[in-house]
Amino acid sequence: MTVKKELVYTKPELKLGYGWGHCPGCHHPIVEKLVCEVLEEMDLAGKAVGVAGVGCSFGFFASINIDGANCAHGAAPAVATGIKRALYGKPLVFTIQGDGDCASIGGGYVLNAAARGDNITIIMVNNANYGTTGGQLAPTTIMGQVTSTTPRGRNAGQGYPIHLPELLVGMQGVAFTARAAPFTPAGYRRAKSYLKAAFQRQLDEAGLTFVELLSACPPNWHMTPLEAIQWMEDKMLPEYPEGIFKDSGGEQ
Amino acid sequence: MPERILVQGNEAIGWGAINAGCRHFFGYPITPQNEITEFFARELTEIGGVFVQSESEAASVAMLYGAAAAGVRAITSTSGAGWGLMQEGMSQLANAELPCVIVNMQRGGPGQGTTRHAQMDYLSTTRGGGQGGYKTIVLAPASVQECHDIIQLAFHLADKYRNPVVVLGDGILGQMAEPLEKNTMEFDPLPEKDWTIRGMGERDAGTHNFISCGQGGVIPVPPYTSYGAFLRRLEEKYRAMSADEVRYETYRNEDAQLLLVAYGSTARVCQEAVDMAHAEGISAGLLRPISLWPFPADVIREKATSGTEFLVVEDSLGQMVDDVRFAVEGKSQVHFLGILDRHLPTDGGMILPDRVLEEIKKVS
Repeated sequence: MTVKKELVYTKPELKLGYGWGHCPGCHHPIVEKLVCEVLEEMDLAGKAVGVAGVGCSFGFFASINIDGANCAHGAAPAVATGIKRALYGKPLVFTIQGDGDCASIGGGYVLNAAARGDNITIIMVNNANYGTTGGQLAPTTIMGQVTSTTPRGRNAGQGYPIHLPELLVGMQGVAFTARAAPFTPAGYRRAKSYLKAAFQRQLDEAGLTFVELLSACPPNWHMTPLEAIQWMEDKMLPEYPEGIFKDSGGEQ
Repeated sequence: MPERILVQGNEAIGWGAINAGCRHFFGYPITPQNEITEFFARELTEIGGVFVQSESEAASVAMLYGAAAAGVRAITSTSGAGWGLMQEGMSQLANAELPCVIVNMQRGGPGQGTTRHAQMDYLSTTRGGGQGGYKTIVLAPASVQECHDIIQLAFHLADKYRNPVVVLGDGILGQMAEPLEKNTMEFDPLPEKDWTIRGMGERDAGTHNFISCGQGGVIPVPPYTSYGAFLRRLEEKYRAMSADEVRYETYRNEDAQLLLVAYGSTARVCQEAVDMAHAEGISAGLLRPISLWPFPADVIREKATSGTEFLVVEDSLGQMVDDVRFAVEGKSQVHFLGILDRHLPTDGGMILPDRVLEEIKKVS
């Protein structure tokens, strides 16, 4: 009997043969695959330049085969606009940043890139804590969530979570904002369509585009990967709903 | 005949950058360097360049990082508190080995200080003011023409060593007007920038370029195989700069028993004081460091060994004077005249030639 073998799934070609050591159950590698697939499907790998922030995204462009850099903590949007403008708008430029990098230390950069209508895409991976440093309070930590610097759970005295896709809606220079949780097949498909839309708006020179992607952080949440996914469904998704919050329109 | 115009030092900085082929400026307003920012806003748009007024000096230097990573010649300028804000970015530029030029037209400090001239950022500039012990070449012009010329040299050295270069001026130099001959200077050929990130489609390459401001752990940062290999490369680069890029100028220093050491606008004051001293029969000369790092220590040590004494004049509480003392190694006397010797105690006060002459007479 002849067995017909068909390759139905493989890693994206752009993904290099090594990662840079994410923890078990982390969703950063999903984001790496997502970015690679979108770039391949849109045939943008040759004109893409990425900028990673400081934190669990720092080595992102060491592990995928497109031109890229990392930079000072929080500064990725300004670096991205430096690259974009240096080359007179030619490349597709995007950032990969964690929530602490993007919303806390880098919040001012995001706001001003949005105000300038910089034609860049910001991808923020939100895991509700500072992953690299061991799980401290982040700008996205949920009320009541225990972190190493909120040992009794986050309370109002430590402030409230930042929702950047919603916050940026009112900015004139912003073309697209969305949030997805790519840990289910449906969420992954949503994330992919949002990222494609964001890149397309950038190519259309419509303004700043912003995609938030939720990620688990099992070691710092002190959970197994499966418990972490359950916690995301129970706690994170109600706080950080998926969807498109602003879209200037155009083909998707 | 080159075009000859009457301009301020700040504007000469701008013309120097344009004549170096720089078409990208990122900056934030701060006195006394606003004419630089305004120059680029005006002129770069005329010639199809890129001007961005950033939201902060931290952002200026981050944009510079991006533009340099993309392989273009880019510049920013600042002063005082803005220089403080740039320090983290300076360190990241040094680590990522990104060539670019940063201008600091010094004002009075510390803190918000004053909006007027001073020379109080010598140490934070020559010592790598940000984290982690890096080095950058620091060039100090002393005339409007030199502001223009030194920017071109700065871009050349930045590209030669793949390292940021700082041009350290001051409020007086930025504001004063002198004739300027605009020209494009010739330099030796530079290495090809084969490391830039412009999108892989821009070159024949099967693999990506990756620019990183950090090493270690499991992140491969070509061409370095380890943090140690990276540090070795930095050490070699800094050693080459120290050996090959010392620049200084001397004035009437033949047989001078007393050598003044001063940079920037203060060197101009000292030049006049040296002439006044000679008119009174006093043998004094001037040594003007043009590169503040690497510092012209060898020539100072040589002079010290043969018995020359030194009078350091700088518009601060004493910063460069430390470098002179290190160079002299206790072999001779080092005297100091500083910001407390200005003719007025206000922020508009200056160290004037007659005060320098008085000191020359006192120590001679």
